[in-house]
Amino acid sequence: MGSAPWWRKQRSAWTASPPLPSLCSFLSKLRGRWQRCRRQAKLSAQLCLHNPEIKLESLKEDIKEFLKTSGWEKKLQNAVYNELSVFPLPCHPSAPPEHIKESLAYMRKAQGNWEKRILKSLNSMCTELGIPLAQKRSINEQKELLSKWNEMGTDEPDLSLFRPVYAPKDFLEVLMNLRNPNYESSEQPSFRNHLGLIQVPLKVKDIPELKEYFGELDLSTGQMDIDDSANVPPELFENEHLRLGQKVLIKQDSAASQQYVRQGCPTSLRAELWALILNISSQPEDILYYEQLKSNVIQHDLLVDSLIYKDVKLTASNDDYYFVFEDYLYQVLLCFSRDTSVLDHFEYNSATPPKSYIRGKLGMEEYAVFYPPNGVIPFHGFSMYVAPLCFLYNEPSRLYQIFREIYVRYFFRLHSISSHPSGIVSLCLLFETLLQTHLPQLFYHLREIGAQPLRISFKWMVRAFSGYLATDQLLLLWDRILGYNSLEILAVLAAAVFAFRAVNLMEVTSLAAAEAVLADLSTLKVMPLLQIFLFATGT
Amino acid sequence: MAGKVKWVTDIEKSVLINNFEKRGWIQVSENEDWNFYWMSVQTIRNVFSVETGYRLSDDQIVNHFPNHYELTRKDLMVKNIKRYRKELEKEGSPLAEKDENGKYLYLDFVPVTFMLPADYNLFVEEFRKNPSSTWIMKPCGKAQGKGIFLINKLSQIKKWSRDSKTSTFVSQSSKEAYVISLYINNPLLIGGKKFDLRLYVLVSTYRPLRCYMYKLGFCRFCTVKYTPSTSELDNMFVHLTNVAIQKHGDDYNHIHGGKWTVSNLRLYLESTRGKEVTSKLFDEIHWIIVQSLKAVAPVMNNDKHCFECYGYDIIIDDKLKPWLIEVNASPSLTSSTANDRILKYNLINDTLNIAVPNGEIPDCKWNKSPPKEALGNYEVLYDEEMAQSEMPDRDLRSRSGQPMGFKGNRARDSGKSGALTWK
Repeated sequence: MGSAPWWRKQRSAWTASPPLPSLCSFLSKLRGRWQRCRRQAKLSAQLCLHNPEIKLESLKEDIKEFLKTSGWEKKLQNAVYNELSVFPLPCHPSAPPEHIKESLAYMRKAQGNWEKRILKSLNSMCTELGIPLAQKRSINEQKELLSKWNEMGTDEPDLSLFRPVYAPKDFLEVLMNLRNPNYESSEQPSFRNHLGLIQVPLKVKDIPELKEYFGELDLSTGQMDIDDSANVPPELFENEHLRLGQKVLIKQDSAASQQYVRQGCPTSLRAELWALILNISSQPEDILYYEQLKSNVIQHDLLVDSLIYKDVKLTASNDDYYFVFEDYLYQVLLCFSRDTSVLDHFEYNSATPPKSYIRGKLGMEEYAVFYPPNGVIPFHGFSMYVAPLCFLYNEPSRLYQIFREIYVRYFFRLHSISSHPSGIVSLCLLFETLLQTHLPQLFYHLREIGAQPLRISFKWMVRAFSGYLATDQLLLLWDRILGYNSLEILAVLAAAVFAFRAVNLMEVTSLAAAEAVLADLSTLKVMPLLQIFLFATGT
Repeated sequence: MAGKVKWVTDIEKSVLINNFEKRGWIQVSENEDWNFYWMSVQTIRNVFSVETGYRLSDDQIVNHFPNHYELTRKDLMVKNIKRYRKELEKEGSPLAEKDENGKYLYLDFVPVTFMLPADYNLFVEEFRKNPSSTWIMKPCGKAQGKGIFLINKLSQIKKWSRDSKTSTFVSQSSKEAYVISLYINNPLLIGGKKFDLRLYVLVSTYRPLRCYMYKLGFCRFCTVKYTPSTSELDNMFVHLTNVAIQKHGDDYNHIHGGKWTVSNLRLYLESTRGKEVTSKLFDEIHWIIVQSLKAVAPVMNNDKHCFECYGYDIIIDDKLKPWLIEVNASPSLTSSTANDRILKYNLINDTLNIAVPNGEIPDCKWNKSPPKEALGNYEVLYDEEMAQSEMPDRDLRSRSGQPMGFKGNRARDSGKSGALTWK
C-alpha cells in the first residue's frame, strides 16, 4: 500500500483499550455505543424543558413519565437488551482481555496460526498476481463504477486467476487437528478418544439439556409451518400467532420479539420482527452511513473485492433462489468490507483482524492497518450469509444493517476457532456426539466406510444451511437462531437430517454415495425434522 | 381392458414422448388410426380446415381447439376482450363498472392496444394524449419475442409503415398485421431486474367453461438491469423476458435459466410487502385469466375432441397490478435447465391425466370432470357448472367491496385447496 489508507486515518480501531467487563465499563460502553440514542434523547429532553408545566419538585416522576410516554423507556430497554445478548457474561475482573475473546490458550493459539495461514495465502496471491491490496481508483474508474453500481453483475472481469482464500473443507482440516495439550494425545483409538473427527473435549448439551433449552419447539407447542400440532388446529394457531406478532411489533419490545420468534415468524412480519430483535431502526444517519461506505467503495479498489465478486459468481449467481439478488450482494458485501465498525466485534471474537503494513514499512507497528478495513477476509460461500436476507429487505441500506448485525452476533462464530457453545468447534462436536449417542449404528457404519458424517455436514453448518434448504425453510431455521440467540440449532438440524435419511445411509458403501443421499436438502421441512429428533424419539 | 391408446405427435420433444411411453401407449403414424394427437398449431389448422373435411371420431382427442387463435393471436385476444367488456356493459353487469376516468374497475387488465395498420388513426389519437409514452410493436402471428420492437416517437412508426409498404407485397398481407400496446414502463422490479410471469392454464371445455391453473408457474428474469430510459430502447435484453431472446444475452445462466418459481415470488412479496397485497395480487391474476377465457368462450368452437394447455404471460407493475400480455397456444416444451425439464415433464403428465383419464382410450363424451386426486399440480381455476349451481349471486356479491370476490377461499401454497367455492 502507498500512503496511509483512509480507514486508518478514520479510526484507530478497538485495540486502544478493551473495556473491563464490569458494570461500570458496560455502562460507559452503552454511552459510547449509543451516542446517537443519547443525543436524540437529550434533544427530546431539551424540547421538554421549554414546557412551562415542569416543576422541580416532581421532576423525577415527570422524567419517568416522560420516558414512558415518549417511547424512550422502550428504546433504552431495547438498547440494553441488545448489548446483553451480544456481549459475553462478565468474567473474573482480573482476567486479561484476550480471555473475553477466548478463554482457552490452545484455542487462541490455533486461531492465531489459522489467521497466519490465511494471511499468507492472501499475500502470496497478491504477489503472484502483482496486484496491490488496495489502491485508489482513477477518477474515470470511479465514475464508471458509480454508473454501474446497480448492475455490477453484468460486468465480467477476468477472475480466473483468483481463487477463494479458503473453503470450508480446508477449515475442517484445521479443526480436525485441534488438540488439547493437557490431554493425552495418543492417536491410537481408545475408549478415551472421541470416535468422530473433532478431538477436543468441550462441554456440549445432551438431548435432555437440548429438550429443555429448546423447550418451545416441543410437539405440543404450535409452530409456524407445522400443521399437525396436537392441541390447536393450524389455521387457528396461525391466526392467533399473527395477531400476537402484530402486538409485539406495536409494543416495539426486543425481548418479547425474541421470545415470539421461537415459534417461527409469519412471513409477512419476519422482516420487522428480526429488525426489532437486532435493534435496527434505519434512521437517516444509518442511510447516510451506508452512503459513506458506498463512496469508500467507489474511491478505493481492494483486492478482497475480486474475492467477493468471485464468490458471488461461484455461489449465489448460480443459485435457483438467490440469482435474482446478485447485484444487491455485491453492494452489501463491498460496503461490508469497508465498514470499520465491524472491528468492534473482535472484542468478543476469538479472531483478530489481520494487519497489513504500508509499503516499505513492514513490521513497523505505527504503519500497520487492518486489512480489509472491516478485518474479515471472505471465504468461499461467504455471500450466502447475505443472500437469504434479500428475501426480507428490498432496501439496500436496511439489508446492509441487518446483515452486519447478524454477522457480528452470530455468523462470525462459524469460521473462528473458539470454545464458545455457538462456535463452530462446539457445533461440530455437538453434531458428532448427538449422532454417536443416538444413532450409534449409523455413525459406526459411516465411519467404517470412510464417510465421517462431519465431512458431509460441515459445509451445511459453516453456511448456516444457506443455499442448502429452500428459502422459506431456511428462514424458519434462522428464526430459531435469533430466538434462542444461539447457533446450536444448526448442529441439531444436521444430526436430524442424518437421522431422517438413516435407512438410506445404512445402505451406502462410500463417501460419494453418502454424499449423493444427502445432496439435495431443498425438499426438507425443518421444523418436523427438529421436533422428531428432539422430542419424538425414545431417549 | 380396452386396447392401448395410439398416439401421434409432430413435436419431437422428449417430455412428450417419455410421457406417452410411460403410459404404455403405442406410437402410430398420422395416416393410421390414432386416438391422441399432440400437434403443432400448423397441423391443427389443416386438420380442421374445410378442405380436408376431416371428422374426428369419438375416440380421438387433440391438444388444440380449432380456433384457439381467438385467444392466442394478440390482435384477436384484444378484440374479444374489448367485445366482452362492451357486452357486459350493455347488460348492465356490475363487472363492467367504470371509474370517474372511464376506466373499467375490474376489466382493465390488458394494456391499451391497437391493431396496425387498421387502427392507425385511433392509435395516433391515443399517442398524442400522452406523447412521452413508450409503445411496444408485436407481429400478431409470431411467438417467442420475434419481430418485436419498441417505439416512443410517431416518426418511428411512420418510418416502419413506409418501410413495410415498400419492401415486399407479402408484408402487406394480413399475416404481417401488428398490434401496438402501451408499454408497461413501471414494472415491478426484483433485485433491480424486470421479469414476467409464465403460468400454465388448461382448458378442458369452453361451454361450460372448465379450466385449471398449474401451481408451478415461474418468473422469467431479464439478465440485464432494467432501465426505463429511452436510450436502451434498442437493447431488447432489457425489455423482453422470453427465454428464446434471453438465451442470446451474454449473461444467460444455464443452471437456473433466469427462472424463479412462483413460490419464491410469493415468499418475497409476502416478506417485503405483506400478506394482504400479495394475496390480492394472486387473486387478481386468477381473475384476469378467467375473464380472458370467458371473453373468448362464446366465439370458441367448443369441439368436444379438444383440450388445450395455454402459456399465460403476465407482467406485474410496481403497484402490484397484473397485466395480461399474451396467451400462447404452444408453450415451449424445450427444457432450458434440469429443473425446467422436470417441470415440463410433470406439466405434460398432469395435463394428460386430466385430458385422457387413466390413460385409457379416450371417449370424448365423458363428462370431463376428473376427481381431485387426479389433478396433480393443477387446481380447478373455474368451473362454470359448479359456479352456476352453487353461487348464482356471485357476480352481485363481487360488487360490494370485494371486487375480486375471491377472499377467504384462496388456494394456499400448501395445496390445501378450498378454491372451488368462489367460482
